[in-house]
Amino acid sequence: MEMKESRVNKYDYFDVTADIGFYAYGNTLEEAYENAGLAMFDVITDIGDVKKEESRDFEIVSEDLVSLLYDYLEELLFLQDTEFLFFSDFNVDIEKIVDDSSDLNNYKLTCSAYGEEINWDIHTPKSEVKAITFHKMDVKEDDGVFKLRAILDL
Amino acid sequence: MSIKESLEKVRDNVWELPSSYKKEMRVPGRMYLDDEAVENIEEGALEQVANVACMPGIQGASIAMPDIHFGYGFSIGGVGAFNYNNGVVSPGGVGFDINCGVRMLRTNLTEDEIKPKLKELTEVLFKNIPSGVGSKGQIRLKDNEIDEVLDYGAWWAVERGFGWEDDLKFLEENGRMKEAESAVVSAKAKKRGVPQLGSLGSGNHFLEVQKIEEVYDEDVAKAFGLEAGSIAIMIHSGSRGCGHQICSDYLRKMDKAYRNYKINIPDRQLACAPIDSKEAQGYLKAMAAGANYAWANRQMMSHWVRQSFEEVFSRSAEDMDMGIVYDVAHNIAKKEVHKVKGSHMEVLVHRKGATRAFGPGRREIPKEYRSVGQPVLISGTMGTASYVLHGTDVAMEETFGSTAHGAGRVLSRTAAKKQFTADQIEKELNAKGIHVKANSAPVLAEEAPSAYKNVDSVVKTSHDAGIAKLVAKVVPLAVTKG
Repeated sequence: MEMKESRVNKYDYFDVTADIGFYAYGNTLEEAYENAGLAMFDVITDIGDVKKEESRDFEIVSEDLVSLLYDYLEELLFLQDTEFLFFSDFNVDIEKIVDDSSDLNNYKLTCSAYGEEINWDIHTPKSEVKAITFHKMDVKEDDGVFKLRAILDL
Repeated sequence: MSIKESLEKVRDNVWELPSSYKKEMRVPGRMYLDDEAVENIEEGALEQVANVACMPGIQGASIAMPDIHFGYGFSIGGVGAFNYNNGVVSPGGVGFDINCGVRMLRTNLTEDEIKPKLKELTEVLFKNIPSGVGSKGQIRLKDNEIDEVLDYGAWWAVERGFGWEDDLKFLEENGRMKEAESAVVSAKAKKRGVPQLGSLGSGNHFLEVQKIEEVYDEDVAKAFGLEAGSIAIMIHSGSRGCGHQICSDYLRKMDKAYRNYKINIPDRQLACAPIDSKEAQGYLKAMAAGANYAWANRQMMSHWVRQSFEEVFSRSAEDMDMGIVYDVAHNIAKKEVHKVKGSHMEVLVHRKGATRAFGPGRREIPKEYRSVGQPVLISGTMGTASYVLHGTDVAMEETFGSTAHGAGRVLSRTAAKKQFTADQIEKELNAKGIHVKANSAPVLAEEAPSAYKNVDSVVKTSHDAGIAKLVAKVVPLAVTKG
């Protein structure tokens, strides 16, 4: 079921019976998160048709990289649902926050997402993403390549 | 020994997974499956049934319905009842789409009467009931009015002029869980909920105009107001982005809570908290608010269905006798009293992809139906039959008053799209005399009837095992989808 890893693609999909999963790749952690944003919106519509006319900036702090991926994708879904925007370009920064008083590390993600208002005369409806799942969610680095895995509830 | 080999047959269609299968199991697993379903079941789903049996406070058994399939943490088609005093609640045991459910309306129209106008009716329904990705409802809420939706559910909708006061009598929980507290619902969930209120959604959600093709039990059908040959309407929808966000918010909270409370669970997605903890109480109030959103949502759509029929047939909805048969929730957790080991106990019943199937006499059932058991609505998929059953005493004794909810997927969306095209599916449906209208062409291919398990065998297993009995079969004449 797992696709062969290929650095040619920014992301690949894999099948799960009721839903859909993706791998997103990057030479940096940031690039991999940016590609995860593309992978999700490419499930919802043809992102080739989404122009970069609007932008939204947000910031997230989470307790580990997996939770950060969950919270990041969920924030994008929230913006889609509440501002009626599709996004096709992402600029992500990730920073580790070291807190000496605690043994927990937090991660801060800053994102500028670019896209445009949903317009069904231009955009093709594909699948509605209901939610992000924690199922098999993973963030790992292998030989300098970052690989994220997520499953979307459709 | 593999998990499948560990299953022991209790009687036809009923299997037990002994609690000795895994040392952490507190109760056995119990599966309602025919022989063929046992052959074909995914082992991962059975493992999930075993995992739920390990959770604190679980009573009786971890139960799998005839339509069980692999879910996230909890299987879909699963029931778990937890002692209200020392058990746990888990958002994963309810699912993302809180109070995803099915509603049925009856009419006194016949197929011959609607046939000449079916195409027009399909178009009007499609126009009046918003559906699809990013679909917005047709109404604008006043500031903070979303709080009333969350606190009062279908009551708010009726007050606002959507539907009839009598409708409320025929909704599970009368369309409003009183435990709901909008104050514990996040601003994000409310913000997602506002624009989507009064919309069908996408994926497997649908609105169908159906014909009652066959009646199996005349007396019960009569009590439910169903007559062979007459036309009914079915709405399958849930709590939209609002419910998804509530689930998501509390999954994150519970992920922290279960570690704090040192609860041992075999899968992180079973994250849970003791029912009396503040996290659990917060979730239960928010979940009830999400459930109310879904009841308001289906209530609004029912109103637009009536208006659409009025528009097309130039008769009043009252004249067409468009009352509600019933409305069931198939993703929900509820405090109920059940018999456990011979005495009554308050339990929190999680139903994830399972329908309540209360038997005769329960006070939760509207008095018009009380002597025969509650109506159970099991939806098929686009182009296939759906069924009306009634709750039974067997369900009360064995499954905490629960049965199946529908047909689970067997083919992934990608696989379905490889095998079918939207055109082909539309032609096949048209050939069967079914009108179909969808926002998205890929959805038609993804939702191809053969991408789903056979709903006929799911209801047959429920019927044969006795955890709900067949009343009527309905077939689609028109379908609108997201």
